[in-house]
Amino acid sequence: MNLLAIETSTDVGSIALWRDGEVLLRACPTGVSHSETLLPLISATMAEAGLGFADLQGIAFGAGPGSFTGLRVACGVAQGLAFAHDLPLIPVGTLDAMALGSGGERVIVALDARMGEVYFGYFESGVALGLVGVYAPAVAPLPEFGGWLACGNGLVAYPALHERLAPFVSAWMPELMPSAQAVARLAAPRLARGEWVDPADAVPLYVRDKVAKTVAERLAEGGKA
Amino acid sequence: MPPMLVLGIESSCDETGVALYSTAAGGALLAHALHTQVVMHQAYGGVVPELASRDHIRRAVPLLRKVLADSGCSLREIDAVAYTQGPGLAGALLVGAAFAEALATSLGVPTVPVHHLEGHLLSPLLSSRPPCFPFIALLVSGGHSQLMHVTGVGHYELLGETLDDAAGEAFDKTAKLLGLAYPGGPALAALAEHGRPDRVKLPRPMLHSGDLDFSFSGLKTAVLTRVRESIASGGPLDEQQRADIARGFQDAIVEVLVKKSLRAVKDSGLKQLVVAGGVGANRELRRQLDARAAKSKIAVFYPELEFCTDNGAMIALAGALRLQCGAATKPAGAFAVRPRWPLADLLA
Ligand SMILES: Nc1ncnc2c1ncn2[C@@H]1O[C@H](COP(=O)(O)OP(=O)(O)OP(=O)(O)O)[C@@H](O)[C@H]1O
Ligand SMILES: [Mg+2]
Repeated sequence: MNLLAIETSTDVGSIALWRDGEVLLRACPTGVSHSETLLPLISATMAEAGLGFADLQGIAFGAGPGSFTGLRVACGVAQGLAFAHDLPLIPVGTLDAMALGSGGERVIVALDARMGEVYFGYFESGVALGLVGVYAPAVAPLPEFGGWLACGNGLVAYPALHERLAPFVSAWMPELMPSAQAVARLAAPRLARGEWVDPADAVPLYVRDKVAKTVAERLAEGGKA
Repeated sequence: MPPMLVLGIESSCDETGVALYSTAAGGALLAHALHTQVVMHQAYGGVVPELASRDHIRRAVPLLRKVLADSGCSLREIDAVAYTQGPGLAGALLVGAAFAEALATSLGVPTVPVHHLEGHLLSPLLSSRPPCFPFIALLVSGGHSQLMHVTGVGHYELLGETLDDAAGEAFDKTAKLLGLAYPGGPALAALAEHGRPDRVKLPRPMLHSGDLDFSFSGLKTAVLTRVRESIASGGPLDEQQRADIARGFQDAIVEVLVKKSLRAVKDSGLKQLVVAGGVGANRELRRQLDARAAKSKIAVFYPELEFCTDNGAMIALAGALRLQCGAATKPAGAFAVRPRWPLADLLA
């Protein structure tokens, strides 16, 4: 099975080609926006592997949460590539992929969400415990017992969060960022099980969903229409 | 040059548009599909850029499927993918660009990044009675009000433009002052139909400025003053008073647009005026222009009503015409949107 995986949820972008379990991973050049580099990198990597788009069986993408722009670049590019060859899409949660990438068994993932918040989730054996949420560091839910591996740049961005988690954490990987390799490793078995979506139904997982107030809400708060 | 089939994708603001244009046999629009987000943004009183971006990404594939089905074309027949590169909302543009560049990459065809205003400007060429180059164009939309001398595809000389609000923006802001729901332009025009002439006399900004520039923000302020005066002297406005104000506003803006457009045509020595952009749908503007232009033996051309506001057809057309003059294709792949992009910077 040949699968292309795209991960641009953060500044650290990458793509991966999964060929029957063998993974070819390539990083997006840093310091340039993903829109400039992603498709050329995909084309070059496909050529390097001697594959055309018609040779793929599916395309996976890091669906989020993450930078809204990055998520839309990944999703839009995945849709466009897939549509042309009738390929299925496999959206993969960014934090799920980070949990896998950490190699830990019980993993806390904290990805900087900017604006004083963190995308935050718990994973055990690769399964999310509850929903991934967006929290202020002071109110992110704490675990009930110890022995966790904590990863992600949210730990660096918010020392307060690091401090609150410290009693429960036995290993730290603050430098771990999302990678297309983990996206590919999660997506391959899903594709094999038929767990994919049509390009028309592929959407980013924003998590941060309240982005504006309606006129009614502004008026109710005593503001202007 | 052999005939080409061009896919066009528009996503610069609150409309997702997809269309297929063929240059065969003099050129024809084969199919087009549109999704407007107007209802979604209404609750917010205006376009929310983040919500616009989130919606575009859900629309592109279904609209493309519809266009393929309606035209009977297959994806493999497409020779190039044109899309709006700017100006517009950055996030919204990015969705269309990402989808278009990836689709073209996967199909192995080039892309044509299109200037949104060029799309508007050329949209009258889609009508059954199209103008011929050269012509003067009045572009009046939600974000722009410009007069241009158009000698051919890619050859646009700016003659004048608004120094503040765009005409459509003035319509929308004034509509809001009169308590009309977003987007107020068409609603204000409808209200004005019931207004009595000359009951509310508003200034004609820059009518005698001697140049071809516009200024519309003062009109909105004049309306605000009128509304306040009326309220101070007799409570809330009744329906007739509101209609009279709407009429006064529309008459003022239309008179300025008409006189300056015709002056531009006369100065140029040309005989054709093209009107494009959402305000071009305004019936009073069309009535006045048609009447006054006829006297001066000037022919006025409009896009079909459905192509006045944003749509994919004008982008497919602009892309196809650019390809036909051998310009501006790029290999599919890297992309960058241009949220702010003066038309004057567009290279032929
Ligand atoms: N009948 C009408 N009378 C007056 N204004 C109208 C009418 N119909 C539409 N409009 C106005 O046209 C504008 C929308 O036009 P259009 O879609 O061309 O603009 P836009 O795409 O938002 O702006 P731009 O193309 O400059 O970025 C709105 O301001 C709307 O109020
Ligand atoms: Mg427009």
